[in-house]
Amino acid sequence: MRTLRLLGLGWLLQMKMLWRSTFNTLLGVIYPLFFATVAFFMFQAGDDPKPLLYASLGAAVMGIWGTTSTAAGASLAQQRWHGTLELLVAAPASFALILLPTTIAMASIGIYSMASTLLWGWLVFGIELTIDSPLAFVLAIPATVVSIGALGFLLAVAFVRFRQAWALGNMLEYPVWLVSGFLVPLALFPGWVRPISWVLAPTWGINAIRDAALGGSAWPDIAVALALGAGYVGIGILLLNRALYAARSKATLALS
Amino acid sequence: MSYRALFGWLSPWVFIPSLLVAPVFQILLFVYIGRSAQLESDEFYVIGNAIQYAAIPCLFAMTHLIAGERFQQTLGYILITPAKRLPLFLGRALPVVANGFFVAAFALVVGGTIVGMEVPAGAWAPIALVTAVSAFSCTGLGFVNAGLGLVVRETAVLSNIIFGLLLVFTGANVPIDDLPGWMQAVSEVIPFTHGIEAVRQLVDGVPLADVWGLIGTEALIGVVYGAAGYALIRAMEVVGRRHATLDRA
Repeated sequence: MRTLRLLGLGWLLQMKMLWRSTFNTLLGVIYPLFFATVAFFMFQAGDDPKPLLYASLGAAVMGIWGTTSTAAGASLAQQRWHGTLELLVAAPASFALILLPTTIAMASIGIYSMASTLLWGWLVFGIELTIDSPLAFVLAIPATVVSIGALGFLLAVAFVRFRQAWALGNMLEYPVWLVSGFLVPLALFPGWVRPISWVLAPTWGINAIRDAALGGSAWPDIAVALALGAGYVGIGILLLNRALYAARSKATLALS
Repeated sequence: MSYRALFGWLSPWVFIPSLLVAPVFQILLFVYIGRSAQLESDEFYVIGNAIQYAAIPCLFAMTHLIAGERFQQTLGYILITPAKRLPLFLGRALPVVANGFFVAAFALVVGGTIVGMEVPAGAWAPIALVTAVSAFSCTGLGFVNAGLGLVVRETAVLSNIIFGLLLVFTGANVPIDDLPGWMQAVSEVIPFTHGIEAVRQLVDGVPLADVWGLIGTEALIGVVYGAAGYALIRAMEVVGRRHATLDRA
């Protein structure tokens, strides 16, 4: 129960901080709209038989990853700049339980972006959101957010040794948009790309959301997304413990 | 010296992921969306996105180089010197143009190689010229961005929004003819539209002599934005002095 309370409070505190950030809220909402607009024009002008809703849902979920990748990459560096990293690491609570809700909150902010993209598609391009299975749709969204937040957690941990980790997180924005099939069916990629797509939770998240909206069984996709998210958290905790041990023994936590 | 001091992205840990790797993936993203939408050839997206990505170094660097002084609390010291403003700011813009050119050229070559784009051997030099002019043009817009950066606190947000607008309006990914009329009108007066079109024509084998009009228009747009940006920076300087807000960060 204490763990759940810590996760919940950590998420709420981070959400409050993110809500105050123009970069994470205003830009997080507006930036994916540019990509969505281009995609809508492209699908509208092209000969693709898929419904525009396919692109609209993909563009909407792009925002969740967009708000997570750079921010999660930079999350530990930000604690360094604020001078709070040492305090958090020294706190009695596990540092992983402090970092995990931080990155999940970053993904949660992406729901704004998702909503604004769907609204933009409806108002400007006349793309109506029809949902085949409302229950699965409603559950697929938090499952996607949590699994993408967990991927952000793994990134944050993996980039712990880099001062400019935000740039590495930023670099991964396009590749994940691409290989997760947000706007492009995975069948179009070379065979060697598909295993990469399969180990990315966003792939299953967008599949779940699309299946719930367009018809299809979303439940297996939700389950895989959550399982991958749990896997990211497990690997992240192992890496984090090793990184913290090394940082403590070499006195390099601050990196400065 | 100001460029190296104020544009922190020159560190390889930022330069390589943000200015070399990211544009290649932007190209691939739109190449694949284009294949899925069955709209244009791969070459169309490689050229459009490679040139358009020059906006990232041009917009962000100009903001770092001028508005960044404010965040470093050094703007007042710069503006109190008797140095003439025009060479002071133009000197800062030159490496920005060079960097914008390099980033776009790198993305064009690497992106083009990945998708197997064929370019006539004689077209490379004219393409380099157009790429440089496009980087110059966007640096002009970067001046405007830097001027706004003297009064806007969130310069990264502003730069990203301008980048997004350029992505939509320049025809980098959507043929200009497929945009609504008002968007076509906007696309005519912003950087990159004419540069992208010129490179596409050069790759298709059109001789340089036939795209001089596009190149000249692109350069003129850069001059107009540069002049407007310079005037904006000077105006912001006056406002900043009058209201003692130069260093308000």
